[in-house]
Amino acid sequence: MSRTEKIAAGVLRGDRRSIAKAITIVENNPHEAQELVATIFPHTGKAHIIGFTGAGGAGKSTLIEKIVREYRRRGKSVGVIAVDPTSPFTGGAFLGDRIRMQELSTDEGVYIRSMATRNYAGGISRATKDASKILDAAGKDIVIVETAGAGQSEVEIVRVAQTIVVLHAPGLGDEIQAIKAGIMEIADVFVVNKADRENADKTAIDIQTMLRLGSKKTGWQTPVLKTVALTGEGVPELLEKIEEHRCFIEGDAACKENLLKTRAEAELLEAIQERASRALIAKLRAEGKLDQLLREIIERKVDPVSAADRLVKKAINDD
Amino acid sequence: MQNERKIRVLIAKPGLDSHDRGAKVVARALRDAGMEVIYTGLRQTPEQIVETALQEDVDVIGLSILSGAHKTLFPRILKLLKKQDLTDIMVFAGGIVPEEDVSEMKKLGIKEIFGPGTTTEEIIQYVNKNLPKRDQS
Repeated sequence: MSRTEKIAAGVLRGDRRSIAKAITIVENNPHEAQELVATIFPHTGKAHIIGFTGAGGAGKSTLIEKIVREYRRRGKSVGVIAVDPTSPFTGGAFLGDRIRMQELSTDEGVYIRSMATRNYAGGISRATKDASKILDAAGKDIVIVETAGAGQSEVEIVRVAQTIVVLHAPGLGDEIQAIKAGIMEIADVFVVNKADRENADKTAIDIQTMLRLGSKKTGWQTPVLKTVALTGEGVPELLEKIEEHRCFIEGDAACKENLLKTRAEAELLEAIQERASRALIAKLRAEGKLDQLLREIIERKVDPVSAADRLVKKAINDD
Repeated sequence: MQNERKIRVLIAKPGLDSHDRGAKVVARALRDAGMEVIYTGLRQTPEQIVETALQEDVDVIGLSILSGAHKTLFPRILKLLKKQDLTDIMVFAGGIVPEEDVSEMKKLGIKEIFGPGTTTEEIIQYVNKNLPKRDQS
């Protein structure tokens, strides 16, 4: 087996060292890259590739850290490619996106790689697409590509990702900015981050107004969401929209059905939790048994969890 | 297309001290010398540093430490690098490491230790000259 074949085999096993070497190959060596990508290509196309773009300082890395956590909570494995600019003067780069995500670095279900643009235009590097294929072939359910801070015309990410999230922060521009061509046209989901700041609502409204002037030809309604990346506020809702978009592009009715079911189940669970506990306590109180049970717990004769278990079992069997 | 080989460097701050001016100055200098520099940020565990080095496939690790905990943290980092079979990465350190500890740290596998007064030019030259030959193109 050649070195490239060994690395490709390692990638398909999901071996982290092999993934690391493979990405270095697609960055450095076009000939070896071609062989490598050809080998893994039949195993790609399973991951959902999500692009995050927006101005530097909008909060992309911080938001991605929270999104990855949410995906992990749902049992998905995640690969992240974080792109930062190469200096056009020295060829060097300072890759600092990882700083916001370092707590994820020891989670075996997460793989993070920093890439420099190496003076490729459009907010990504020439090798970014192949790197996303490597993470896809390695079995990651979700691949997130964070572009270098992008201004207006860096739209290369559409060639890499299936779902594009464009991040804004309040105070970066007025409604004229929202009408401009380029990055504003590629969004599948708009996010106004730092939504706890002044003018967040106005920024969201400006974008919504622009969207109403003409929507995408595909029929997808681009939503505008608000998040606070530092606290994680709005992150579950963002993830729902991303998933919804995945169903939409896959044109998959079953996928949509599933999503609706998952959401309905979560809502039902929440409603049951609230109502059932209130009803049980009310019943105990009405029967005059609450005080006695509380006393038993205080005196350590029974623990709260066992007491709750008994109550729930009894309530279910009574019906 | 011709091959483009870039030196990738991880600058890491192990342990609990939060003085990162030095780390940032070195990161910036190496960037200006044409290298791709990944910075971990503050308060990293040895596990985080080694896992980051693995995922980022770096050639060099620079450890910045001013807390005095080098005798605990450096051996742990070097042990983990060995465990992950990453001994081909060159590791250097900077910050405050007392004179009497230097030879012990070097024996463990820290290639060089740069104390106060080192110029960034010295560090750049050292990295360029002592770059490990790794198994990649």
